[in-house]
Amino acid sequence: MVFSYFPGCTLKNKGARLDLCGRRAAEALGFTLEELPEWQCCGGVYPQARDEIATRLSSVRALDAARRKGQSLVTLCSACHHVIRRVNGDMQRDAQIRGAVNRYLQLDTPYEGQTQVLHYLEVLRDVIGFDELARRVTRPLTGQRIGAYYGCLLLRPSREMCFDDPENPTILEQFIRAIGAEPVYYAMRNECCGGYTVLEPGGRAQKQAGKVLANAAACGAQTLITACPLCMYNLQKSVGGELPVRYFTELLAQALGLEVES
Amino acid sequence: MNRDLTQTVARIAGVNPRACMRCGKCTGACPAYDEMEYHPHQFVSMVETGRIDELLRSKGIYTCLSCFACIERCPRQVEPARLIEAVRVLAERKQGADHLRPQDIPARLDPDMPQQAITSALRKYRR
Repeated sequence: MVFSYFPGCTLKNKGARLDLCGRRAAEALGFTLEELPEWQCCGGVYPQARDEIATRLSSVRALDAARRKGQSLVTLCSACHHVIRRVNGDMQRDAQIRGAVNRYLQLDTPYEGQTQVLHYLEVLRDVIGFDELARRVTRPLTGQRIGAYYGCLLLRPSREMCFDDPENPTILEQFIRAIGAEPVYYAMRNECCGGYTVLEPGGRAQKQAGKVLANAAACGAQTLITACPLCMYNLQKSVGGELPVRYFTELLAQALGLEVES
Repeated sequence: MNRDLTQTVARIAGVNPRACMRCGKCTGACPAYDEMEYHPHQFVSMVETGRIDELLRSKGIYTCLSCFACIERCPRQVEPARLIEAVRVLAERKQGADHLRPQDIPARLDPDMPQQAITSALRKYRR
């Protein structure tokens, strides 16, 4: 199984562990992530303004590159997934945006949202299967109590993301069970970490993320997992709680018995 | 009152503020509501009634987290976060009105901050 792969800016730098462990685990599980050549940064946030075209172009270029290879496009960072998935939806459903983007890009064949966009977790769930993943685990994380932190970007808006139930998601808990650990349910697992407001004065992101961490700890979580480098950062820098936060791919690689150099 | 600006905001957002039935679910779901002088349901109402100039001057347009909880829970598909973003881009498209300038960033960085924080903030706060 070969997929086109869009790593994104942060996975080449501060979020390298998310990428590296994800790639190594993919090899071990028998699927290949082919990094798109000359991909451009997705911009980190989806442009909600319908009259913004330039901010959608990098996503469409990646989607078109995957289409030309005849492959689905896999993402790993929550933000990249959110942006590319929603821009793909625009290209399928919004004639105004589709027309403007295609008039600008002048592709050989107009892009109309043909590429399937999959998050790495969706590959695990829908292509590999969590039962099969559980069979491949050689070093189960038995006894560990892990809280899934979904945040916003994978889930909402669910009409566009079609990822999981936005109010009661299960995919990360299924993942936690598959690697042999015990999922811890807590109320704030799908609440916002404060996101990009971390660059705003006032420490709002730290406070917001602190509430998430405190809630998870109070419910008995020993570790949190995330698919988003900015969630990771905000949780680690939060005020009012202390809990180790790991990328889900780090625990995946560990459970598969892979030694991934840092 | 500025009905023309209402039309502009609705066009940029691609949603209809008149569909709002004031149930307040958006404000109930908003993790930043207490940092906004106009809560999301009030924001929608002010767009509808043409009070855009007040919204353009409000700091709430910069405190929306874009978590999409209001969009998820809106039973009328008014999508308040889109209206907030539309007003914010209107504000930032004025020359010299960027909320964040690239030269402001180095002072706010720490060695662990992911690139995603910077790209996201620039896309939100600068035109």
